[in-house]
Amino acid sequence: MDWNKRLPEGGVVAAVAAVAALALLVLLVPGKKADTVVEDQFPNDQFPSTYRPQHAGPVLIRDATVLTGTDKEIAHADVLLHDGKIAAVGQHLQVPPGARIVDGRGKFVTPGIIDIHSHLGVYPSPSNEATQDGNEATKPATPEVRAENSVWPQDPGFTRALAGGVTAMEILPGSANLIGGRSVVLKNVWATTTQGMKFPGAPYDLKMACGENPKRVYGEKGGPSTWMGDVAGYRAAFQKAAEYRDSWRKYWRDKKAGGKAGDPPARDIGLETLALALDKKIPVQMHCYRGDQMATMIDVAKEFGFRIAAFHHATEAYKVADLLKKNDVCAVMWADWWGFKMEAYDAIPEGIAMVDHAGACAMIHSDDAYGIQRLNQEVAKAMAAGRRMGYSIPRAHAVEWMTRNPAKALGILDKTGTLETGKMADVVVWSGDPFSVYAHAEKVFIDGVLLYDRDNPKVSPRSDFELGQEDEGPTGGAGQ
Amino acid sequence: MKRLLLTAALVIGVASPAVALSLAIASAPPAASILIRHGHIFTGGDKGTLTNSDVLIQNGKIAAVGQNLAAPPGAKIIDAHGKPVTPGLMASWTQLGITEIELVSETNDTAANQALDSAAFDVSDALNPSSTLIPIARIAGITRSLTAPVACAEVFCGTAAVVDLGNGPDILVKAKAGVFVDLEPAGGNNNKNSRPDIWSKFRETMDDAREYWAQRAGYHRPGGSRDQRSLRVDLDALGPVVRGDEPLLVHVERASTIRQAIEYAKANRLKLVVFGGREAHLVAVELAAAQVPVVIDTNLNLPDSFSEIGATLKNAALLDKAGVVVAFQPQNDDPAHYARTLSQIAGNAVANGMPWDRALAAITRNPAQVWGISASYGTLDPGKDADVVVWDGDPLDVTSAPTAVFIKGENMPLVSRQTLLRDRYRDLSKKNPSLGYR
Repeated sequence: MDWNKRLPEGGVVAAVAAVAALALLVLLVPGKKADTVVEDQFPNDQFPSTYRPQHAGPVLIRDATVLTGTDKEIAHADVLLHDGKIAAVGQHLQVPPGARIVDGRGKFVTPGIIDIHSHLGVYPSPSNEATQDGNEATKPATPEVRAENSVWPQDPGFTRALAGGVTAMEILPGSANLIGGRSVVLKNVWATTTQGMKFPGAPYDLKMACGENPKRVYGEKGGPSTWMGDVAGYRAAFQKAAEYRDSWRKYWRDKKAGGKAGDPPARDIGLETLALALDKKIPVQMHCYRGDQMATMIDVAKEFGFRIAAFHHATEAYKVADLLKKNDVCAVMWADWWGFKMEAYDAIPEGIAMVDHAGACAMIHSDDAYGIQRLNQEVAKAMAAGRRMGYSIPRAHAVEWMTRNPAKALGILDKTGTLETGKMADVVVWSGDPFSVYAHAEKVFIDGVLLYDRDNPKVSPRSDFELGQEDEGPTGGAGQ
Repeated sequence: MKRLLLTAALVIGVASPAVALSLAIASAPPAASILIRHGHIFTGGDKGTLTNSDVLIQNGKIAAVGQNLAAPPGAKIIDAHGKPVTPGLMASWTQLGITEIELVSETNDTAANQALDSAAFDVSDALNPSSTLIPIARIAGITRSLTAPVACAEVFCGTAAVVDLGNGPDILVKAKAGVFVDLEPAGGNNNKNSRPDIWSKFRETMDDAREYWAQRAGYHRPGGSRDQRSLRVDLDALGPVVRGDEPLLVHVERASTIRQAIEYAKANRLKLVVFGGREAHLVAVELAAAQVPVVIDTNLNLPDSFSEIGATLKNAALLDKAGVVVAFQPQNDDPAHYARTLSQIAGNAVANGMPWDRALAAITRNPAQVWGISASYGTLDPGKDADVVVWDGDPLDVTSAPTAVFIKGENMPLVSRQTLLRDRYRDLSKKNPSLGYR
């Protein structure tokens, strides 16, 4: 996904201008060669993942209907998980020695569900004064904060999401701020630390927000109080970031050239995050409802050179689906949420199908501790709405709205999101067609390890918080 | 300029009453008779489930249900092609008709501006039959709603009403269908009353209401006096409740608080309906014995607060098994906009152990009984209002939708503001004149 290459006129002009400027620089500075241009060296490896999957023996899921996440549905197929990876998908696979056999007759197998927009852990259950860690609503731009530093790994919501087949999710800061901070991609695994859940090798993202929320939060606290004030706020922040980046570039260049580099610029961890966004090492995930506002943000991104991976809650994406396609920006939507605020008034149940039909990248998200448990049902509703308006949407395609496409928008499609050989064995076995309300996720594997089993209470986790509480007795299991 | 023009066009489209009007007049004048043929009919009533059968609608009522019914002269014939036919669905506890956009305060008549209790806050004073939420809900098969105030800062939140989701202008089916009381301290973030505060205020107001109604004539005499804390209008509103004619709809989540409410209702001979009830399954035996119905969203399985630790997806199944009358509300956080999740919630109840026919009853027959309208609604028995839905598949499954909806015998157009937006934007090319400049 090289966003730059697909830029229309503006981007091409900018790219040409950049090359020209570089050439000019080389020409004008005598004795300096092109190799004095140094790569940016902003650090981006704090809080590394400590997650290492347990060893898992081979697992052969046999004779199931398999939705691969690559537009294929294979009947009576086997899926082999080995060494934590997808080893093979096909009919009549050989049973490796010591393999655990899962009878897949009548069942469906899909890639693990990926929720690209969740606040589990940062707005956990129970919700009270002590647990509201999702919005650093103290000033409109807080690029210096990170959701991973707020996540409470004992949120019972993680266990409920696991029972719904969710194997990975992006946890974002809230949408009070224009620039809310870094989000983090987690695997839905048991860990006592957030680093123990961190998806190895997943890029960070930067959470930004359009529209009503920042206005509501800051309108009477010094602004921004208007949408134009919001836009001015993004531009001011990125202008500052560009200047910060350039001051470091000058320092690195001078240092490399062996001359007097002087003292390094003062480090600013917020501007450092924005500089990484300008380097396209941290893509932007942007809360944005209205189509006209998406168009504005695409222009702001072009002006400064950051990359918007996806618009989230994009209730009006269907109005600008062609623009999203042209600029290679994904749209992240609900199936049928609407009307809770003015900018959500025009949401329609066909939104996902229409964006998808236009050839843009469409997907589901939850933004909700309940919705995340039934993303398969949400996709089913969106698929059915699209079919009723005449689109042909096979379930092999619809499944990508909750697996492949979120993996793509998170930059982890090379690792998970489909059942392609060599990818992480993040796999769900469903009791039936996952697009039926009656289907349950029966078995959930993450990196080949069985982490949830509906039939075995011992493999149906409870969080620390729930131990010794009422719910353990009559219900048991992950809130089931 | 382009954007300006487009925006202007949208604003006109949105704001103009012409949209609501066009939806209203789009429906055909009701045919005197309608015959739905070849349906798989879930009557929910005396006749149970009938395959390959017909429903005859005459003058807004169900006239007959059975096989091979004769079509009266001039009857409109609808072929169900063997698909399911059910009573129209009823959502219990929504704000349909009293809200348009949750965060646009001028469109909300959902809560009293409260410093005091407000039993007299009556939603029937606010009903808006032109609300765009109504067609959006009814094309999902929902034909009735118990419309109630939202939870409030004080104890008595207001008076509910039963509405139909037809074309109006009169959508009120039954005013004063119960008084909504919030006995649950709000989780965490509100400085709300504690349980003893709530219960002392609750008891005092109920005592006042009983005393007031015992000597109401005296109160209204010139020179009559009173010493109650509550306003006269609130005590008036509580009349049907203290007499046991209409339910006290209490929001309670914690098992111990549910038990307290049952005891209070028993001692004072009140009709009680439990709403919320995430731990109701822990009190199922007591609820069944006291014949207290429960209104829930059975998907709420998280401990959102310390009052809801026992939340489970099995809530509906466990209550039903114990003999409790269960009715469903749509998705809890905004049941008016999400009214169409009602059938999905019933489907999830089935997925988690509730028998299918019981789950359908929880969105048809049971709410009719709970809200006191079962003489005219809730089953496909002859004589009832013809709220009838023909589906393209299992009505409780998420991929299904209605192919025809009748409310009081009127064939409703399957059109909403959302279907109009869909149709306007399905072609994004320059050929589409309704998009103006793009």
